[in-house]
Amino acid sequence: MGRLSVNLCGIEMDNPVIPASGTFGFGYEFAALYDINELGTFSFKGTTKDPRFGNPTPRIAECTAGMINAVGLQNPGVDKVIAEELPKLKKCFHKPVMANVSGFAVEDYAYTCQRLDAEEQVGWLEVNVSCPNVHGGGMSFGTQPEAAAQVVKAVKAVTTKPVIVKLSPNVTDIVAIAKACEQAGADGISLINTLLGMRIDLKTRRPIIANKMGGFSGPAIFPVAVRMVYQVAHAVSIPVVGMGGVSTAEDVIEMMLAGATAVEVGAANLVDPYVCRDIIRQLPAVMDRYGITNLRDIIGGVQ
Amino acid sequence: MATKQSIFTIIENSRLTDTVYRMVLEGDTSAITGPGQFVNIRLEGRFLRRPISVCDYDATTLTILYKVVGAGTAQMAELPEGDVLDVLSGLGNGYDLTDAGDMPLLLGGGVGVPPLYRLAKDLIAAGKKVTVVLGFNTAEEVFYEDEFRALGACVTVTTADGTRGVKGFVTDALPTDYSYFYTCGPEPMLRAVYKATAISGQFSFEERMGCGFGACMGCSCKTITGYKRICKEGPVLRKEEILWED
Repeated sequence: MGRLSVNLCGIEMDNPVIPASGTFGFGYEFAALYDINELGTFSFKGTTKDPRFGNPTPRIAECTAGMINAVGLQNPGVDKVIAEELPKLKKCFHKPVMANVSGFAVEDYAYTCQRLDAEEQVGWLEVNVSCPNVHGGGMSFGTQPEAAAQVVKAVKAVTTKPVIVKLSPNVTDIVAIAKACEQAGADGISLINTLLGMRIDLKTRRPIIANKMGGFSGPAIFPVAVRMVYQVAHAVSIPVVGMGGVSTAEDVIEMMLAGATAVEVGAANLVDPYVCRDIIRQLPAVMDRYGITNLRDIIGGVQ
Repeated sequence: MATKQSIFTIIENSRLTDTVYRMVLEGDTSAITGPGQFVNIRLEGRFLRRPISVCDYDATTLTILYKVVGAGTAQMAELPEGDVLDVLSGLGNGYDLTDAGDMPLLLGGGVGVPPLYRLAKDLIAAGKKVTVVLGFNTAEEVFYEDEFRALGACVTVTTADGTRGVKGFVTDALPTDYSYFYTCGPEPMLRAVYKATAISGQFSFEERMGCGFGACMGCSCKTITGYKRICKEGPVLRKEEILWED
Protein backbone atom coordinates (compact mmCIF):
# COMPACT_ATOMS: atom_id res chain seq x y z
CA MET A 1 0.00 0.00 0.00
CA GLY A 2 1.38 3.35 -1.00
CA ARG A 3 1.00 6.62 0.85
CA LEU A 4 -1.82 7.69 -1.45
CA SER A 5 -3.80 4.45 -1.48
CA VAL A 6 -7.36 4.22 -0.21
CA ASN A 7 -9.98 1.49 -0.12
CA LEU A 8 -13.30 2.47 -1.65
CA CYS A 9 -16.11 0.03 -0.88
CA GLY A 10 -13.74 -2.92 -0.82
CA ILE A 11 -11.65 -2.02 -3.86
CA GLU A 12 -8.07 -0.82 -3.35
CA MET A 13 -7.15 2.31 -5.25
CA ASP A 14 -3.57 3.56 -5.81
CA ASN A 15 -4.80 7.06 -5.03
CA PRO A 16 -8.14 8.72 -4.30
CA VAL A 17 -8.30 10.89 -7.44
CA ILE A 18 -11.20 10.18 -9.81
CA PRO A 19 -12.14 12.31 -12.83
CA ALA A 20 -15.88 12.89 -12.51
CA SER A 21 -18.48 11.63 -14.92
CA GLY A 22 -19.22 13.90 -17.86
CA THR A 23 -15.83 15.60 -17.77
CA PHE A 24 -13.73 12.66 -18.96
CA GLY A 25 -15.83 10.94 -21.65
CA PHE A 26 -14.76 7.30 -21.86
CA GLY A 27 -11.16 8.28 -21.26
CA TYR A 28 -9.67 8.27 -24.79
CA GLU A 29 -9.24 12.01 -25.25
CA PHE A 30 -7.12 12.00 -22.09
CA ALA A 31 -5.35 8.70 -22.80
CA ALA A 32 -3.96 10.46 -25.90
CA LEU A 33 -2.31 13.00 -23.56
CA TYR A 34 -0.99 10.88 -20.69
CA ASP A 35 -1.17 7.39 -19.18
CA ILE A 36 -4.58 7.43 -17.49
CA ASN A 37 -3.56 4.39 -15.43
CA GLU A 38 -1.97 6.96 -13.11
CA LEU A 39 -5.51 7.77 -11.92
CA GLY A 40 -7.21 6.08 -8.98
CA THR A 41 -10.00 5.32 -11.44
CA PHE A 42 -12.42 7.47 -13.42
CA SER A 43 -16.18 7.71 -13.61
CA PHE A 44 -17.26 7.31 -17.22
CA LYS A 45 -19.84 9.34 -19.11
CA GLY A 46 -23.34 8.99 -17.63
CA THR A 47 -24.97 6.04 -19.35
CA THR A 48 -28.68 5.43 -19.87
CA LYS A 49 -30.75 2.50 -21.14
CA ASP A 50 -31.36 4.13 -24.52
CA PRO A 51 -29.07 6.40 -26.60
CA ARG A 52 -29.51 10.13 -25.97
CA PHE A 53 -28.45 13.21 -27.94
CA GLY A 54 -29.15 15.46 -24.99
CA ASN A 55 -30.19 19.09 -25.01
CA PRO A 56 -30.00 21.71 -27.77
CA THR A 57 -26.98 24.03 -27.82
CA PRO A 58 -25.77 26.32 -26.34
CA ARG A 59 -25.14 23.89 -23.52
CA ILE A 60 -22.31 25.80 -21.84
CA ALA A 61 -22.09 29.16 -20.06
CA GLU A 62 -19.08 30.56 -18.26
CA CYS A 63 -19.37 31.97 -14.72
CA THR A 64 -17.00 33.54 -12.23
CA ALA A 65 -14.81 30.63 -11.06
CA GLY A 66 -16.96 28.06 -12.78
CA MET A 67 -19.33 27.15 -15.54
CA ILE A 68 -22.88 26.00 -16.21
CA ASN A 69 -23.55 22.96 -18.38
CA ALA A 70 -26.80 21.56 -19.71
CA VAL A 71 -25.51 18.68 -21.82
CA GLY A 72 -28.44 16.48 -20.82
CA LEU A 73 -26.81 13.06 -20.57
CA GLN A 74 -25.69 12.68 -24.17
CA ASN A 75 -24.51 9.06 -24.46
CA PRO A 76 -24.72 6.16 -26.91
CA GLY A 77 -26.87 3.99 -24.61
CA VAL A 78 -25.77 1.01 -22.53
CA ASP A 79 -25.70 -1.48 -25.45
CA LYS A 80 -23.17 0.59 -27.39
CA VAL A 81 -21.22 1.46 -24.25
CA ILE A 82 -20.72 -2.27 -23.66
CA ALA A 83 -20.19 -3.19 -27.30
CA GLU A 84 -17.96 -0.29 -28.36
CA GLU A 85 -16.72 1.97 -25.56
CA LEU A 86 -15.61 -0.61 -22.99
CA PRO A 87 -13.54 -2.70 -25.45
CA LYS A 88 -11.78 0.51 -26.61
CA LEU A 89 -11.24 1.54 -23.00
CA LYS A 90 -9.72 -1.83 -22.17
CA LYS A 91 -6.77 -1.00 -24.41
CA CYS A 92 -5.80 2.14 -22.49
CA PHE A 93 -7.12 1.61 -18.94
CA HIS A 94 -6.36 -1.48 -16.88
CA LYS A 95 -8.01 -0.69 -13.55
CA PRO A 96 -11.61 -1.14 -12.39
CA VAL A 97 -13.63 1.75 -13.82
CA MET A 98 -16.55 3.50 -12.18
CA ALA A 99 -19.70 3.11 -14.29
CA ASN A 100 -21.97 6.13 -14.02
CA VAL A 101 -25.63 5.31 -14.62
CA SER A 102 -28.70 7.52 -15.06
CA GLY A 103 -32.33 6.80 -15.74
CA PHE A 104 -35.86 8.06 -16.13
CA ALA A 105 -37.64 5.27 -14.27
CA VAL A 106 -36.61 2.88 -11.50
CA GLU A 107 -36.63 0.03 -14.05
CA ASP A 108 -34.22 1.95 -16.34
CA TYR A 109 -31.67 2.22 -13.57
CA ALA A 110 -32.01 -1.47 -12.75
CA TYR A 111 -31.71 -2.53 -16.40
CA THR A 112 -28.62 -0.43 -17.08
CA CYS A 113 -26.92 -1.46 -13.85
CA GLN A 114 -27.66 -5.13 -14.46
CA ARG A 115 -26.07 -4.89 -17.92
CA LEU A 116 -22.98 -3.12 -16.61
CA ASP A 117 -22.71 -5.44 -13.61
CA ALA A 118 -21.82 -8.24 -16.03
CA GLU A 119 -18.80 -6.29 -17.33
CA GLU A 120 -15.52 -7.33 -15.76
CA GLN A 121 -13.98 -3.85 -16.22
CA VAL A 122 -16.63 -2.23 -14.05
CA GLY A 123 -15.53 -1.85 -10.43
CA TRP A 124 -18.24 0.36 -8.97
CA LEU A 125 -21.64 1.51 -10.13
CA GLU A 126 -22.17 5.20 -9.52
CA VAL A 127 -25.92 5.73 -9.66
CA ASN A 128 -26.73 9.31 -10.59
CA VAL A 129 -30.02 10.39 -9.04
CA SER A 130 -29.02 14.03 -9.40
CA CYS A 131 -28.74 15.15 -13.03
CA PRO A 132 -30.34 18.61 -13.14
CA ASN A 133 -30.50 18.68 -16.95
CA VAL A 134 -33.16 16.13 -17.82
CA HIS A 135 -36.90 16.17 -17.33
CA GLY A 136 -38.91 13.41 -15.68
CA GLY A 137 -35.95 11.59 -14.20
CA GLY A 138 -32.44 12.29 -13.03
CA MET A 139 -32.61 14.78 -10.20
CA SER A 140 -36.26 14.08 -9.35
CA PHE A 141 -35.13 10.75 -7.87
CA GLY A 142 -32.50 12.43 -5.78
CA THR A 143 -34.66 15.11 -4.20
CA GLN A 144 -36.93 12.79 -2.21
CA PRO A 145 -35.60 10.21 0.27
CA GLU A 146 -38.24 7.58 -0.67
CA ALA A 147 -37.63 7.87 -4.42
CA ALA A 148 -33.84 7.67 -3.98
CA ALA A 149 -34.25 4.60 -1.75
CA GLN A 150 -36.44 2.93 -4.38
CA VAL A 151 -33.73 3.32 -7.01
CA VAL A 152 -31.07 1.98 -4.63
CA LYS A 153 -33.16 -1.09 -3.74
CA ALA A 154 -33.90 -1.86 -7.40
CA VAL A 155 -30.23 -1.54 -8.35
CA LYS A 156 -28.91 -3.50 -5.38
CA ALA A 157 -31.24 -6.36 -6.31
CA VAL A 158 -29.49 -6.84 -9.67
CA THR A 159 -25.82 -6.24 -8.90
CA THR A 160 -23.09 -7.61 -6.71
CA LYS A 161 -20.81 -4.64 -7.33
CA PRO A 162 -20.56 -1.72 -4.91
CA VAL A 163 -23.32 0.83 -5.55
CA ILE A 164 -22.40 4.46 -4.93
CA VAL A 165 -25.31 6.88 -5.08
CA LYS A 166 -24.52 10.33 -6.51
CA LEU A 167 -26.57 13.00 -4.76
CA SER A 168 -27.82 16.42 -5.72
CA PRO A 169 -27.09 19.51 -3.63
CA ASN A 170 -30.38 21.04 -4.84
CA VAL A 171 -32.31 19.77 -1.83
CA THR A 172 -33.46 21.00 1.57
CA ASP A 173 -31.92 18.18 3.60
CA ILE A 174 -29.16 16.18 1.90
CA VAL A 175 -28.49 14.19 5.08
CA ALA A 176 -32.01 12.72 5.05
CA ILE A 177 -31.53 11.55 1.45
CA ALA A 178 -28.08 10.10 2.18
CA LYS A 179 -29.46 8.20 5.18
CA ALA A 180 -32.37 6.85 3.11
CA CYS A 181 -29.88 5.56 0.52
CA GLU A 182 -27.74 3.94 3.22
CA GLN A 183 -30.78 2.24 4.73
CA ALA A 184 -31.82 1.01 1.27
CA GLY A 185 -28.47 -0.75 0.94
CA ALA A 186 -26.16 1.72 -0.82
CA ASP A 187 -22.46 0.91 -0.42
CA GLY A 188 -21.35 4.52 -0.76
CA ILE A 189 -22.49 8.08 -1.40
CA SER A 190 -20.90 10.52 -3.84
CA LEU A 191 -21.62 14.23 -3.74
CA ILE A 192 -22.14 16.89 -4.85
CA ASN A 193 -23.54 16.97 -8.35
CA THR A 194 -23.91 20.45 -9.86
CA LEU A 195 -25.93 23.30 -8.37
CA LEU A 196 -28.82 24.44 -10.54
CA GLY A 197 -27.83 27.76 -12.08
CA MET A 198 -28.67 30.24 -14.82
CA ARG A 199 -27.05 33.06 -16.82
CA ILE A 200 -28.74 35.70 -18.99
CA ASP A 201 -27.21 37.39 -22.05
CA LEU A 202 -27.56 41.16 -21.58
CA LYS A 203 -27.66 41.87 -25.32
CA THR A 204 -30.38 39.37 -26.25
CA ARG A 205 -32.02 39.28 -22.78
CA ARG A 206 -32.29 35.53 -23.19
CA PRO A 207 -30.81 32.73 -21.09
CA ILE A 208 -27.36 31.80 -22.45
CA ILE A 209 -28.20 28.10 -22.09
CA ALA A 210 -30.79 26.81 -24.59
CA ASN A 211 -32.34 24.72 -21.80
CA LYS A 212 -32.51 27.97 -19.75
CA MET A 213 -30.94 26.42 -16.62
CA GLY A 214 -28.04 24.08 -16.08
CA GLY A 215 -25.65 22.64 -13.55
CA PHE A 216 -23.15 25.05 -12.00
CA SER A 217 -19.74 23.57 -11.23
CA GLY A 218 -16.15 24.70 -10.73
CA PRO A 219 -14.07 26.17 -7.88
CA ALA A 220 -16.93 28.50 -6.88
CA ILE A 221 -18.93 25.59 -5.45
CA PHE A 222 -16.06 24.01 -3.48
CA PRO A 223 -17.09 25.38 -0.04
CA VAL A 224 -20.68 24.16 -0.55
CA ALA A 225 -19.33 20.73 -1.47
CA VAL A 226 -17.00 20.54 1.54
CA ARG A 227 -19.90 21.48 3.83
CA MET A 228 -22.22 18.83 2.39
CA VAL A 229 -19.54 16.13 2.38
CA TYR A 230 -18.89 16.96 6.04
CA GLN A 231 -22.60 16.78 6.91
CA VAL A 232 -23.20 13.50 5.07
CA ALA A 233 -19.96 11.79 6.15
CA HIS A 234 -20.81 12.45 9.78
CA ALA A 235 -24.33 11.07 9.39
CA VAL A 236 -23.71 7.80 7.53
CA SER A 237 -21.30 4.94 8.11
CA ILE A 238 -20.69 4.05 4.42
CA PRO A 239 -17.83 5.66 2.44
CA VAL A 240 -18.35 9.08 0.90
CA VAL A 241 -16.81 10.25 -2.38
CA GLY A 242 -16.40 14.02 -2.29
CA MET A 243 -16.60 16.28 -5.31
CA GLY A 244 -17.52 19.81 -6.31
CA GLY A 245 -14.96 22.38 -7.45
CA VAL A 246 -11.88 20.32 -6.62
CA SER A 247 -8.89 21.50 -8.64
CA THR A 248 -5.73 21.15 -6.50
CA ALA A 249 -3.97 18.63 -4.25
CA GLU A 250 -4.87 20.86 -1.29
CA ASP A 251 -8.55 20.61 -2.24
CA VAL A 252 -8.28 16.80 -2.25
CA ILE A 253 -6.85 16.84 1.28
CA GLU A 254 -9.54 19.27 2.46
CA MET A 255 -12.29 17.03 1.04
CA MET A 256 -10.78 14.02 2.78
CA LEU A 257 -10.56 15.84 6.09
CA ALA A 258 -14.26 16.65 5.67
CA GLY A 259 -14.94 12.92 5.40
CA ALA A 260 -14.32 11.82 1.82
CA THR A 261 -12.64 8.43 1.20
CA ALA A 262 -12.02 9.35 -2.45
CA VAL A 263 -12.32 12.58 -4.39
CA GLU A 264 -13.73 13.31 -7.83
CA VAL A 265 -12.49 16.15 -10.02
CA GLY A 266 -14.94 17.54 -12.57
CA ALA A 267 -14.95 20.91 -14.32
CA ALA A 268 -11.19 21.37 -13.82
CA ASN A 269 -10.54 18.60 -16.39
CA LEU A 270 -12.19 20.72 -19.08
CA VAL A 271 -9.83 23.62 -18.52
CA ASP A 272 -6.64 21.68 -17.84
CA PRO A 273 -6.72 18.15 -19.26
CA TYR A 274 -3.68 17.22 -17.14
CA VAL A 275 -5.12 18.41 -13.83
CA CYS A 276 -5.84 14.96 -12.30
CA ARG A 277 -2.40 13.63 -13.19
CA ASP A 278 -0.80 16.77 -11.77
CA ILE A 279 -2.83 16.61 -8.54
CA ILE A 280 -1.69 12.99 -8.00
CA ARG A 281 1.95 13.94 -8.64
CA GLN A 282 1.72 16.91 -6.27
CA LEU A 283 -0.02 15.10 -3.42
CA PRO A 284 3.11 13.64 -1.72
CA ALA A 285 4.77 17.06 -1.40
CA VAL A 286 1.57 18.67 -0.12
CA MET A 287 1.10 15.81 2.35
CA ASP A 288 4.63 16.38 3.62
CA ARG A 289 3.88 20.05 4.12
CA TYR A 290 0.92 19.21 6.37
CA GLY A 291 2.54 16.30 8.18
CA ILE A 292 0.42 13.61 6.57
CA THR A 293 2.08 10.18 6.26
CA ASN A 294 -0.77 8.25 4.65
CA LEU A 295 -3.80 9.81 3.00
CA ARG A 296 -6.15 7.11 4.34
CA ASP A 297 -5.37 8.27 7.90
CA ILE A 298 -6.94 11.70 7.40
CA ILE A 299 -10.40 10.64 6.17
CA GLY A 300 -12.92 12.53 8.29
CA GLY A 301 -10.07 13.93 10.36
CA VAL A 302 -11.46 17.46 10.72
CA GLN A 303 -11.36 18.43 14.40
CA MET B 1 -4.74 15.35 -34.56
CA ALA B 2 -3.03 15.32 -31.22
CA THR B 3 -3.91 17.97 -28.68
CA LYS B 4 -0.95 19.79 -27.18
CA GLN B 5 -0.77 22.06 -24.16
CA SER B 6 2.11 24.51 -24.19
CA ILE B 7 3.19 28.01 -23.34
CA PHE B 8 3.30 30.66 -26.07
CA THR B 9 4.78 34.16 -25.95
CA ILE B 10 2.88 37.10 -27.44
CA ILE B 11 5.13 38.73 -30.04
CA GLU B 12 2.46 40.95 -31.61
CA ASN B 13 -0.99 42.11 -30.47
CA SER B 14 -2.18 44.83 -32.83
CA ARG B 15 -5.46 46.41 -33.82
CA LEU B 16 -6.73 45.82 -37.37
CA THR B 17 -10.14 47.53 -37.10
CA ASP B 18 -12.22 49.06 -34.32
CA THR B 19 -12.86 45.63 -32.77
CA VAL B 20 -10.62 43.10 -34.59
CA TYR B 21 -7.07 42.38 -33.40
CA ARG B 22 -4.18 40.30 -34.67
CA MET B 23 -2.12 38.33 -32.17
CA VAL B 24 1.05 36.51 -33.13
CA LEU B 25 2.19 33.85 -30.66
CA GLU B 26 5.58 32.19 -30.53
CA GLY B 27 5.86 28.59 -29.32
CA ASP B 28 5.50 24.95 -30.26
CA THR B 29 3.07 24.74 -33.19
CA SER B 30 3.83 21.10 -34.00
CA ALA B 31 0.31 19.94 -33.09
CA ILE B 32 -1.30 22.03 -35.83
CA THR B 33 -1.90 19.86 -38.88
CA GLY B 34 -3.80 22.09 -41.31
CA PRO B 35 -6.04 25.08 -42.01
CA GLY B 36 -9.35 25.38 -40.14
CA GLN B 37 -8.13 24.12 -36.78
CA PHE B 38 -8.32 26.22 -33.62
CA VAL B 39 -6.47 26.90 -30.40
CA ASN B 40 -7.98 27.23 -26.92
CA ILE B 41 -6.40 29.97 -24.83
CA ARG B 42 -6.41 30.25 -21.06
CA LEU B 43 -6.80 33.78 -19.69
CA GLU B 44 -6.01 34.96 -16.18
CA GLY B 45 -9.18 35.06 -14.06
CA ARG B 46 -11.41 33.43 -16.68
CA PHE B 47 -12.59 29.90 -15.97
CA LEU B 48 -13.05 28.57 -19.51
CA ARG B 49 -10.50 28.88 -22.29
CA ARG B 50 -11.20 30.98 -25.41
CA PRO B 51 -11.42 28.93 -28.61
CA ILE B 52 -10.04 30.92 -31.57
CA SER B 53 -9.37 29.77 -35.13
CA VAL B 54 -5.83 29.72 -36.46
CA CYS B 55 -5.31 32.29 -39.24
CA ASP B 56 -1.78 31.21 -40.13
CA TYR B 57 1.17 29.34 -38.65
CA ASP B 58 4.73 28.26 -39.29
CA ALA B 59 7.20 26.12 -37.32
CA THR B 60 7.50 28.56 -34.41
CA THR B 61 4.60 31.04 -34.59
CA LEU B 62 0.86 31.09 -34.97
CA THR B 63 -1.37 34.01 -35.88
CA ILE B 64 -4.92 34.52 -34.66
CA LEU B 65 -7.34 37.30 -35.58
CA TYR B 66 -9.97 37.88 -32.92
CA LYS B 67 -12.89 40.20 -32.40
CA VAL B 68 -13.57 41.84 -29.06
CA VAL B 69 -17.06 40.59 -28.26
CA GLY B 70 -17.01 40.21 -24.47
CA ALA B 71 -14.93 40.56 -21.35
CA GLY B 72 -12.52 37.74 -22.28
CA THR B 73 -11.57 39.05 -25.69
CA ALA B 74 -11.43 42.60 -24.26
CA GLN B 75 -8.88 41.27 -21.78
CA MET B 76 -6.90 39.67 -24.62
CA ALA B 77 -6.77 43.02 -26.42
CA GLU B 78 -4.99 44.54 -23.41
CA LEU B 79 -2.24 41.91 -23.23
CA PRO B 80 1.24 43.31 -23.88
CA GLU B 81 3.88 41.76 -26.12
CA GLY B 82 6.14 39.50 -24.09
CA ASP B 83 3.30 38.08 -21.97
CA VAL B 84 2.91 34.31 -22.01
CA LEU B 85 -0.28 32.31 -22.56
CA ASP B 86 -1.25 28.69 -21.81
CA VAL B 87 -2.56 27.38 -25.15
CA LEU B 88 -4.09 24.08 -26.21
CA SER B 89 -3.26 23.65 -29.90
CA GLY B 90 -3.99 21.16 -32.65
CA LEU B 91 -7.70 21.24 -31.88
CA GLY B 92 -10.46 20.28 -34.27
CA ASN B 93 -10.76 18.77 -37.68
CA GLY B 94 -9.96 21.47 -40.24
CA TYR B 95 -10.58 21.91 -43.97
CA ASP B 96 -9.88 18.98 -46.28
CA LEU B 97 -8.12 20.17 -49.44
CA THR B 98 -8.50 16.99 -51.46
CA ASP B 99 -11.82 17.86 -53.12
CA ALA B 100 -10.95 21.48 -53.94
CA GLY B 101 -10.74 21.04 -57.72
CA ASP B 102 -8.85 23.60 -59.83
CA MET B 103 -10.88 26.71 -58.95
CA PRO B 104 -11.99 26.67 -55.32
CA LEU B 105 -14.09 29.50 -53.88
CA LEU B 106 -13.58 30.75 -50.32
CA LEU B 107 -16.44 32.61 -48.60
CA GLY B 108 -15.75 34.38 -45.30
CA GLY B 109 -18.02 36.53 -43.18
CA GLY B 110 -16.64 38.92 -40.54
CA VAL B 111 -14.69 37.09 -37.89
CA GLY B 112 -15.13 33.92 -39.98
CA VAL B 113 -12.52 35.26 -42.41
CA PRO B 114 -9.32 34.31 -40.48
CA PRO B 115 -9.15 30.50 -41.01
CA LEU B 116 -9.61 31.03 -44.77
CA TYR B 117 -6.28 32.85 -44.93
CA ARG B 118 -4.11 29.77 -44.32
CA LEU B 119 -6.51 27.73 -46.45
CA ALA B 120 -6.03 30.14 -49.38
CA LYS B 121 -2.26 30.02 -48.88
CA ASP B 122 -2.20 26.21 -48.98
CA LEU B 123 -4.55 25.99 -51.98
CA ILE B 124 -2.47 28.51 -53.94
CA ALA B 125 0.70 26.62 -53.02
CA ALA B 126 -0.99 23.53 -54.45
CA GLY B 127 -1.48 25.34 -57.77
CA LYS B 128 -5.17 26.18 -57.46
CA LYS B 129 -6.81 29.31 -58.84
CA VAL B 130 -8.40 30.68 -55.67
CA THR B 131 -11.30 33.15 -55.55
CA VAL B 132 -12.13 34.75 -52.20
CA VAL B 133 -15.29 36.65 -51.23
CA LEU B 134 -15.03 38.48 -47.91
CA GLY B 135 -18.24 39.83 -46.37
CA PHE B 136 -18.49 42.59 -43.78
CA ASN B 137 -21.17 44.94 -42.46
CA THR B 138 -19.46 48.18 -43.42
CA ALA B 139 -16.22 49.56 -44.89
CA GLU B 140 -14.61 50.26 -41.50
CA GLU B 141 -14.89 46.59 -40.54
CA VAL B 142 -12.96 45.27 -43.55
CA PHE B 143 -9.70 43.47 -42.76
CA TYR B 144 -7.22 41.21 -44.58
CA GLU B 145 -8.37 42.20 -48.08
CA ASP B 146 -4.79 43.15 -49.05
CA GLU B 147 -3.30 40.11 -47.32
CA PHE B 148 -5.47 37.73 -49.37
CA ARG B 149 -4.57 39.66 -52.53
CA ALA B 150 -0.87 39.39 -51.69
CA LEU B 151 -1.24 35.61 -51.66
CA GLY B 152 -2.38 35.78 -55.28
CA ALA B 153 -6.09 35.18 -54.69
CA CYS B 154 -8.80 36.94 -56.71
CA VAL B 155 -10.57 38.95 -53.97
CA THR B 156 -14.05 40.49 -53.85
CA VAL B 157 -15.29 42.39 -50.80
CA THR B 158 -18.96 42.79 -49.96
CA THR B 159 -20.48 45.13 -47.38
CA ALA B 160 -24.07 44.99 -46.19
CA ASP B 161 -24.35 48.80 -46.40
CA GLY B 162 -22.48 49.12 -49.70
CA THR B 163 -19.73 51.38 -48.31
CA ARG B 164 -17.07 49.11 -49.85
CA GLY B 165 -17.12 46.67 -52.76
CA VAL B 166 -20.31 44.89 -53.72
CA LYS B 167 -23.38 45.95 -51.73
CA GLY B 168 -24.97 42.98 -50.01
CA PHE B 169 -23.78 39.63 -48.65
CA VAL B 170 -21.19 37.12 -49.87
CA THR B 171 -24.00 35.29 -51.65
CA ASP B 172 -24.54 38.43 -53.79
CA ALA B 173 -21.01 38.12 -55.18
CA LEU B 174 -20.73 34.45 -56.09
CA PRO B 175 -18.66 33.91 -59.26
CA THR B 176 -20.25 31.98 -62.09
CA ASP B 177 -17.55 29.34 -62.31
CA TYR B 178 -15.92 27.50 -59.38
CA SER B 179 -15.08 23.89 -58.61
CA TYR B 180 -15.78 23.69 -54.87
CA PHE B 181 -16.26 26.04 -51.92
CA TYR B 182 -15.04 26.53 -48.36
CA THR B 183 -16.81 28.85 -45.94
CA CYS B 184 -16.71 30.22 -42.42
CA GLY B 185 -18.93 32.87 -40.87
CA PRO B 186 -22.01 33.51 -38.77
CA GLU B 187 -24.71 30.84 -38.99
CA PRO B 188 -27.22 32.95 -41.02
CA MET B 189 -24.48 33.39 -43.63
CA LEU B 190 -23.69 29.66 -43.65
CA ARG B 191 -27.37 28.87 -44.17
CA ALA B 192 -27.56 31.39 -47.02
CA VAL B 193 -24.46 29.88 -48.68
CA TYR B 194 -25.93 26.39 -48.32
CA LYS B 195 -29.06 27.50 -50.19
CA ALA B 196 -27.31 29.67 -52.77
CA THR B 197 -25.27 27.02 -54.54
CA ALA B 198 -25.62 23.50 -55.92
CA ILE B 199 -21.84 23.03 -55.77
CA SER B 200 -20.36 20.98 -52.95
CA GLY B 201 -18.24 22.41 -50.16
CA GLN B 202 -17.20 22.56 -46.51
CA PHE B 203 -18.55 24.73 -43.68
CA SER B 204 -16.80 25.75 -40.49
CA PHE B 205 -19.15 26.10 -37.50
CA GLU B 206 -18.99 27.98 -34.25
CA GLU B 207 -20.49 26.87 -30.91
CA ARG B 208 -20.06 27.67 -27.23
CA MET B 209 -17.55 25.12 -25.99
CA GLY B 210 -16.60 23.69 -22.64
CA CYS B 211 -13.29 21.92 -23.14
CA GLY B 212 -12.54 22.22 -26.87
CA PHE B 213 -10.96 18.75 -27.04
CA GLY B 214 -13.93 16.40 -27.11
CA ALA B 215 -14.48 15.55 -23.45
CA CYS B 216 -17.59 17.41 -22.32
CA MET B 217 -20.14 17.09 -25.15
CA GLY B 218 -20.89 20.80 -24.72
CA CYS B 219 -20.83 21.55 -28.46
CA SER B 220 -22.54 18.52 -30.00
CA CYS B 221 -24.65 18.78 -33.13
CA LYS B 222 -26.76 16.39 -35.16
CA THR B 223 -25.60 15.54 -38.68
CA ILE B 224 -26.78 13.15 -41.37
CA THR B 225 -23.89 10.87 -40.40
CA GLY B 226 -24.63 10.96 -36.64
CA TYR B 227 -23.83 13.14 -33.67
CA LYS B 228 -20.66 15.20 -33.98
CA ARG B 229 -18.70 17.40 -31.62
CA ILE B 230 -17.99 20.79 -33.19
CA CYS B 231 -14.66 20.85 -31.31
CA LYS B 232 -13.50 17.37 -32.35
CA GLU B 233 -15.12 16.00 -35.52
CA GLY B 234 -15.75 19.67 -36.49
CA PRO B 235 -15.50 22.61 -36.67
CA VAL B 236 -15.49 21.83 -40.41
CA LEU B 237 -18.36 19.73 -41.75
CA ARG B 238 -19.08 18.72 -45.32
CA LYS B 239 -22.17 20.12 -47.02
CA GLU B 240 -23.58 16.61 -47.54
CA GLU B 241 -23.63 15.82 -43.81
CA ILE B 242 -25.14 19.05 -42.50
CA LEU B 243 -28.54 18.88 -40.83
CA TRP B 244 -29.94 22.36 -40.16
CA GLU B 245 -32.05 22.48 -37.02
CA ASP B 246 -35.35 24.48 -36.83
